Amino acid sequence: MLTLTAPQKTIFHEFSAGQKLLALCVVSTALFQIESLIVLACLTFAGVALYLSQGLSFAKFGAHMLWPLWPFVLIIGLYHGITNDIEAGGEIILRMLIAVALANLVTMTTPLNDMIDVLMRLLRPLNWIGISTKPVALTIALFIRFIPTLIERGITMHAALRARSTGKSGWRIVVPLTLSVLNDAEHVANALRARGGVGTNDEG
Amino acid sequence: MERSTVLIAVFAALIAALGLVPKFTLAFGVPITAQSLGIMLCGTVLGAKRGGAATLLFVVLTLAGLPLLAGGRGGLGLLSGPSVGFIIGFPIAAFVTGWVMERVQTNVLTSSFIASFMGGVIALYIPGVIGMALVLDKSLVATFGLVSAFVIGDLVKVAICGFVTQAIYRAQPDKVLSRA
Repeated sequence: MLTLTAPQKTIFHEFSAGQKLLALCVVSTALFQIESLIVLACLTFAGVALYLSQGLSFAKFGAHMLWPLWPFVLIIGLYHGITNDIEAGGEIILRMLIAVALANLVTMTTPLNDMIDVLMRLLRPLNWIGISTKPVALTIALFIRFIPTLIERGITMHAALRARSTGKSGWRIVVPLTLSVLNDAEHVANALRARGGVGTNDEG
Repeated sequence: MERSTVLIAVFAALIAALGLVPKFTLAFGVPITAQSLGIMLCGTVLGAKRGGAATLLFVVLTLAGLPLLAGGRGGLGLLSGPSVGFIIGFPIAAFVTGWVMERVQTNVLTSSFIASFMGGVIALYIPGVIGMALVLDKSLVATFGLVSAFVIGDLVKVAICGFVTQAIYRAQPDKVLSRA
């Protein structure tokens, strides 16, 4: 999976990232105050309906996003099954699933660019006290640019190691990978400096 | 300035790469991810401030929607799930690792062991266990029992972090900024 955002347009795309994040904060805080299994069960149905209302494939994607929680559901289920306190266990499981499903809904329907825009807007007050946020934007861009490069390099080094060694301990590539990263950083920093630096003035 | 900016960006990318490169297998066959190794290395190599910033960058962009956590996870759901304390603990772990590394001035190998243990294990598991205990509504002791199996893997990573940092220091001592 290359992206966590849903491929299809949904009704939730109509709202701005800021609106969705604010709503998520409010709803999540409220959710952790609810201590009634019946209310939580109703909310679970509402949540499933919310996902299904945007089509079956969207709901399937949503379920896929919740899948990593299964070990916790199993452990809590077993624990409360043994201690015979099924109501409390149900509350914990449902509350966790609803909270994560709602947060996932925001992630699935908000492009990364919009999220970064919100982040930069939240950082804007730093400009007022004389701290430039321009290096932050540049750092984010460099970071995203380097991820595929380093993954590819890691895979290449791993293949080279496998071709020369019968052992399986892949951690041996960490040293050359880290050294190559340090050298890259030196080159990119020099290139940036040669082109005028990262700019600490806050025009724009 | 340029150097710090770029180092923060590329080390954040290194954390991502270490979590996604095919599995690192321990001698006894348990697949572990090297993601927390990346976080420890941020501290031992870059020091407290830059290492903490690199890890913070990684965490913020993962929460914003990049699937960079080991296993391809990401998004805001992480903040509502049981792993919330570990996510928040990542930058703290890198910062503490760097902070200790800058202060324990024995040889690089020993310092790295101590620093990555203090940061990558102690400083990571405290918020991690608290967060999980809150979400799962269990006692701290019970929650620690739940995650204790992972501590062994992390101790192995502390050892690897020490040897990796030492190897980097031998190859290019000026690049280990926590010692510069």
